[in-house]
This record gives sequence, structure tokens and C-alpha cells, in this order.
Amino acid sequence: MTILSVENLGRSFGGIRANHDISFDINEGEILGIIGPNGAGKSTLFDLITGYTKADSGKVVFAGQDISALRPDKISNLGIGRTFQKLKPFADMTLLENVMIGSFVRESNIKKARDNALEIIDFVDLIEKRHHFARELSTGQRKRLELARAMAIKPRLLLMDEVTGGVDQKTIPGLVALIKRLKASGVTIATIEHNINIIMEISDNILALDQGQKIAFGKPKDIQNNQKVIDSYLGTVDVA
Amino acid sequence: MDSVLNTAKQEPVWHSNKKIILLLAVLTLFLVIFPLLGPSSFYLHLMIMIFMYAVMSQSWNIIAGLSGQISLGHGLFFGVGAYTSSFLFVEYGVTPWIGIFVGMFFSAAIAVLIGIPMLRLSGHYFAIATLLIGISFQIVFQRWELVGAASGLWIPLTEGSSWFALQFHDSKVPYYYIFLVVFLLCYLFVWRLNASKIGFRLRAVRDDYQAALSLGINVSQYKILAYAISAVVMAPMGSLFAQYILIVDPDRMFNLEISIMVLLMTVLGGIGNIWGPLLGVAILIPISEYSRIYLGGTGGAVDLIFYGLILMLICIFRPDGLISLFPKHVLARERQR
Repeated sequence: MTILSVENLGRSFGGIRANHDISFDINEGEILGIIGPNGAGKSTLFDLITGYTKADSGKVVFAGQDISALRPDKISNLGIGRTFQKLKPFADMTLLENVMIGSFVRESNIKKARDNALEIIDFVDLIEKRHHFARELSTGQRKRLELARAMAIKPRLLLMDEVTGGVDQKTIPGLVALIKRLKASGVTIATIEHNINIIMEISDNILALDQGQKIAFGKPKDIQNNQKVIDSYLGTVDVA
Repeated sequence: MDSVLNTAKQEPVWHSNKKIILLLAVLTLFLVIFPLLGPSSFYLHLMIMIFMYAVMSQSWNIIAGLSGQISLGHGLFFGVGAYTSSFLFVEYGVTPWIGIFVGMFFSAAIAVLIGIPMLRLSGHYFAIATLLIGISFQIVFQRWELVGAASGLWIPLTEGSSWFALQFHDSKVPYYYIFLVVFLLCYLFVWRLNASKIGFRLRAVRDDYQAALSLGINVSQYKILAYAISAVVMAPMGSLFAQYILIVDPDRMFNLEISIMVLLMTVLGGIGNIWGPLLGVAILIPISEYSRIYLGGTGGAVDLIFYGLILMLICIFRPDGLISLFPKHVLARERQR
């Protein structure tokens, strides 16, 4: 069942077409990987879906509802969570307080919101750090914090912008395992990712963008062999 | 890991530092019995000013420290509170006790009305807009005949002290207790606000509005809410101060100095922390009052020189305010444990 439908979405900034005529669907329970070189329009696509940027054309339909004109907070309340490429933790609050703010979307009672936040923090393996201020956490831990905070709104769809970007190699397997656990818990995920091995491993479908346009959409194996994707992003190993 | 989770769930929702609570209890008790120790009229006045500015600075701390909007014209809500209760008493004989609540209502309404267009602005633009709004209120009241224009309103004196008219001619002690109660209620309210869902969300708006949006927070609505709450906290001080000096005029009640003073005191003590404003007030008000005694009149503006000097030192050495001198774990208030 389709949970998100993006139809002919377009957005230009001045003369630059950040997104142009992009269409795709995400089915409930799957992971959609989004790849493309820098400047391909991946983060802009997330901003368009979540209402941070308004589209010039096209529409976004979430669970049967056109959300193209809604504000980000309304979209969040409907059940779309997101993380940011540039981390945005509430630095002067503890990890627990950060996640509690997400919990308040579905729960007004402080004790219940706190218990819910604690369970999510446990899920992302940071329970021991719950009283640490966000600014005291490592980059990898802050990535988990953002994931936990987005999860706290109990999203039906979670948009993750480069979750493994900027973290050390040892941290990546834990984050990948976390994404798999998230999927197993029933959350639909769209993730922007530069690490091609990870994207091939976790994705059910992959959307490839280049210069603001969709150049391919399909199963990981098909994308891996798609000539346009190889030319624009994956490249080839020169064996001559 | 489950055991850690279970332990975490059983922790008290709010960490309470018993030493701090004991200290606060002792301090409150001291404040309650202070008039019984026979202080001079000056010391009662000093304490009244500390209570008043502690509430006013806390009001500014709500908008600036909690929601991150720097208001430079916050004194206007002090003036609105003062004029509302005084006008109702002078013209219609309505007791100031009711006037205080009407003033709070008007202040909230004005905050919402001017907040809707102004809170679209941010940073310096919001600060400049509030400064100009504050000045414009003074100009309007200077020309508004209904409220006495530049002469203001002279509150008719009752023959003796009267709780109905909130006038006490023989002693400052009743004023002391009234200001003390409002001060304690204000700090209790802000402490609860900090620990509430609204408080959490306001801090989220302050720290990163884009992240706040992604967590379902209507940022504009919360900014207006913070502005209205801070106006409601400020207004009663205007009403009570009017009853204390029994005269309201635009130059005094809408004085730009009020807005600047509450800002200075909060920044000195520590912006964003519930105890910051109180600390700043406890230092600056005595300086101000003593300089008035020793130098006469307005204190020869020596207090302002002190303020400037202290502010410079704070900006250089303690940008988080004097409250940052205390170890964080001692002041573990809002921090979830």
C-alpha cells in the first residue's frame, strides 16, 4: 500500500532547478534509498515533502491526503518525522529532554511522555547517556539522538538525511543495525545516503537523482546496473 | 539494558536538590519574618523594589530566555498594568485587586495583537520593533486626555489605610507582604512553566526553530504565547507599583529605562535560568538604591555607570551570567533526572 506519493514535484531557486518533475511512490513498511551526487536535490526533496520549502509545481500525497500546502509542524503531526543533514539537537537540553519534546506530539502527560522517550532512547542504545546534554554527545550519538527524537513523534514515515554521514567507521554498523530495527518495528523509511554499500544493503527501492531530476527508480540490483546512475554517480572501475 | 530502562523509568520525574530546597525554604521563611525584625522604612522599600524587579526581570526572562526573542520595549506591559488598575479605580471606584486582573488581561490581549505581526520578525528586527512599540505607547499616553495625558492619573488618597483601595499610609509592611506574595507566586509559576509541556516546547523554539517545527510545534503560536505569558507576568507589577506611589504618568510608567533595567538585570544574573533574574536584581537594585541615598535624586546616574561596567565585565568573563558561577549540578532544576 502506498503511503507517500510524490507527483511531478518541482522547485527552482532563481535559475537553478533544484527539483524538476519528480514522481515516485513509497510503499508502507519499505525503505526507500535516495542517492545522487552533491547538489542533486536530495535534501531539497525532503524539504519539499516536509513543508520546509514550498513546491513550484506538483504535489505530495501522504496517506491519501494532499500535504503540499501544509506547514512543517502540521505535516509532523500527521506522522512524517525527519532528521537533518546538518544536525539540529537542542544543545542545552539533555538527551532525555530532547526526545521528550518529540514525545509531546502524541502525549501531553509529562510522566508518560518521559517513559515513552526513555523507551526510544533505549531502542537507539543511548539509555546510559539520557542525562547528558546534547552538546556533550559525539556526532554518532547526536545522529542517534535525532533519530530518537524523530521516532518519538511515532511517525508512519521517517525521512533520514545522511544518518551515517560524518561519523567514524566503527559507528556505521550500529547505525545500519538501528535502521533495520526501525524498519522491523513497522516504520516506513526514506533515507538519503552516500554510502552505496549501505544503501544497497538496506533499501527495498532506490531513487537516483542528478541535477534535480529523477534518473532512475527501482530495485537495488537494477539501480546498480543502470547506465545513467553509473555515469552520473556510481562510476566504473577502470581496468584497462 | 532493560534493567537500566526500568531504573530510568523509576527515577523521579524531577530531580530535586534537597540542599537547594532547604535553602529556598529558609530564605522564604526569612523573607516572611523580615518585617518582624523591625527594619527601617528604607530596607522595606529596598526589598519591595527587589521583589518588583525580580518579577519584572522574570517576565523578560520568559520571552527572551525561554523563547529566545529579545524585547526592548517590555516596559509597555508595566505601563498597561499600571494605567488599567489606576484608571478603573479613579474613574469607576473598582478595587485595584480586580484592576490587577483586568490589567493582566489587557496586557495579554495587547501582546497577542502586536505579537501576531511582530513575531514574524526575528533577531534584531524584533528587538527594534519592540523598542519602537514601547516608545509609541509612551507617546500615545502622553497625549491621551482620557487617562490624564502627560499629567497622568493621581490616585485619590483614602483617609486611612485600606485593603480595598490597596493603600497603606502608615507602614510599608502591607506593601512588603503583597509584593512578596506576588514574587513567590511568579517564581512558582515560572518554575512550573519551565517543567511543563509548554516550557519544553518554548525552549525547543528558542534553541532551533526548524527542529522544533519537525516535532509538530507551531513556532509562531508558541512565540506569541510566550509574549503573552510574559506580558501577564509584567502587568501586575505596574498595578502594584501604581498603588505604591499612588500616581501614574507616562514618563514614569512607560519609561524606556524599565525595559533596559529588566534586560540588564536578567543578563547580569543569567538569561534563560529561573534564578538568573533574581540574582541580577539582588545585585543591581541595592546599587541603584544606595547610590540614590548617597548621591541624591536619581543617584547622579552612578548606578547606570555601575550597570555598564558590570555588564561589560559579564559579557567578557561570564557571558552566561553570574548564575554560571554556581556548579551546574547544584542548580539542577529543570534538568530531567
